[in-house]
Amino acid sequence: MDFDLMLRVYPFFLKAALVTLELSVLTTALGLGCGALGAAARLSRSTVLRALGASYVSVFRGTPALIQIFILYFGGPQIGIQLDAFGAGVIGLGVNIGAYMTETIRGAIIAVDRGQTEAARTLGLSRSETMRKVILPQAARLMIRPLGVNINALIKGTALVAAISVVELTYTAQRYIGSTYKPFEMFFLAGVIYMVIIYVTGLGVNWLDRRARIT
Amino acid sequence: MTEKPFIDIRHAAKSYGTLEVLKDISLQVQKGQIVAIIGPSGSGKSTLLRAINDLDPLTKGEVWLEDMQVNKPLPPRQYERHINQMRQQIGMVFQHFNLFPHLTVRGNITLAPKMLKKLSDAEANALAERELAHVGMLDRIDYYPSQLSGGQKQRVAIARALAMEPKVMLFDEVTSALDPELVEEVNLAMKKLAEEHMTMIIVTHEMGFAQDVCDRVLFMDQGVVVEEGPPEVIFRTPKHERTKNFLRKHLQGNAQ
Ligand SMILES: Nc1ncnc2c1ncn2[C@@H]1O[C@H](COP(=O)(O)OP(=O)(O)OP(=O)(O)O)[C@@H](O)[C@H]1O
Ligand SMILES: [Mg+2]
Repeated sequence: MDFDLMLRVYPFFLKAALVTLELSVLTTALGLGCGALGAAARLSRSTVLRALGASYVSVFRGTPALIQIFILYFGGPQIGIQLDAFGAGVIGLGVNIGAYMTETIRGAIIAVDRGQTEAARTLGLSRSETMRKVILPQAARLMIRPLGVNINALIKGTALVAAISVVELTYTAQRYIGSTYKPFEMFFLAGVIYMVIIYVTGLGVNWLDRRARIT
Repeated sequence: MTEKPFIDIRHAAKSYGTLEVLKDISLQVQKGQIVAIIGPSGSGKSTLLRAINDLDPLTKGEVWLEDMQVNKPLPPRQYERHINQMRQQIGMVFQHFNLFPHLTVRGNITLAPKMLKKLSDAEANALAERELAHVGMLDRIDYYPSQLSGGQKQRVAIARALAMEPKVMLFDEVTSALDPELVEEVNLAMKKLAEEHMTMIIVTHEMGFAQDVCDRVLFMDQGVVVEEGPPEVIFRTPKHERTKNFLRKHLQGNAQ
């Protein structure tokens, strides 16, 4: 392995990793938003909303994320959606992971014991008061770990947007291969940086989960 | 009886698909009366109790609390408001406590009064302290439910229901999930309520308790009230074969 080369290029990789991080943070935020809306729809009393939520989940989990990003970025202009590569990447990845987060959030909500709802309703709390004061605070704790799994998948998934030329970590590795002809070193370096990001994120999730348990 | 009933259940019926769980049950309870419901597993005791606050809606029949119909036919939105109002007046305690694990004892008790009666923090705290003192749990006010024993949890659950100042209290086998040595403290809390003339309907497997505390005992089997009367009559001289069988088995079961 050519360690000298790796030492020379790694600062450029770190800069690209910042883009990966930025993608990850924005995508997580968008995904959580979509997930919260999706879960609300899936659990709604309205059949129309429930059907909408269910179709959202099955369409976005049922097709490759790469195809979704391609449709948005390459197909978008045909239907009047003009996005730069970064914007298309964030929206494509965010809406995609939002479908998974919908199921995570919904799962945590329905995992809260039925007796909790019964006790709250018996005291006279309305459906929405019960949701806000009794169910969601308990569901929030239950969803930290599985959302962590979603975010882990999402961080790795950001590599997909290299395919639409967003200059993030994977794309940068590919570019350096073009000039160095050392694919092993370049991809290895990228892999190590992904692993560090994921490891640190995992620590954050563990910390949140522990904190939620104590209180 | 000429006095108007406090709780009036009229021709209550309930089915799950083709399974008839309650078959045309009528029951009147006077103010301050304490009624025990006994009967074999699956006879519909919980279903009847949970119909009173519409937790399990009836298929047919009416439930009245004083001059208000609990399960009044209304459009969904209005009904939601109506039933929340009615439920504030009907306290209920469950077999598995159902305390809110993310809130302290204080939080469990003050949640509903603060939200629904718009009590200030100070008022709600005073209320929590009063109700906890009532069930002998004041020293645990800042504990979380997970730090309490089963008997303590159940006493907090009783205090939580009482904090809404209900007109009637419903108990569904509230000591069944407890270790034997913890049953008495919960029974004591209920006896205290009885002495204060709270109107209560108590589903129980404890014949001794029913005999001590209740004015009337109902024996249910297969969705009907087979027999009812004062405890000394039901327990000493039951008329129906089914009641006799049940009591024989049950008292034997207790003796073992
Ligand atoms: N959600 C439901 N769907 C279908 N059947 C139900 C449902 N809930 C209760 N049942 C049935 O209704 C019948 C009466 O149940 P219920 O819980 O009222 O009995 P119970 O007298 O309280 O019994 P236990 O002493 O075991 O608590 C039972 O046969 C039960 O299987
Ligand atoms: Mg029952």
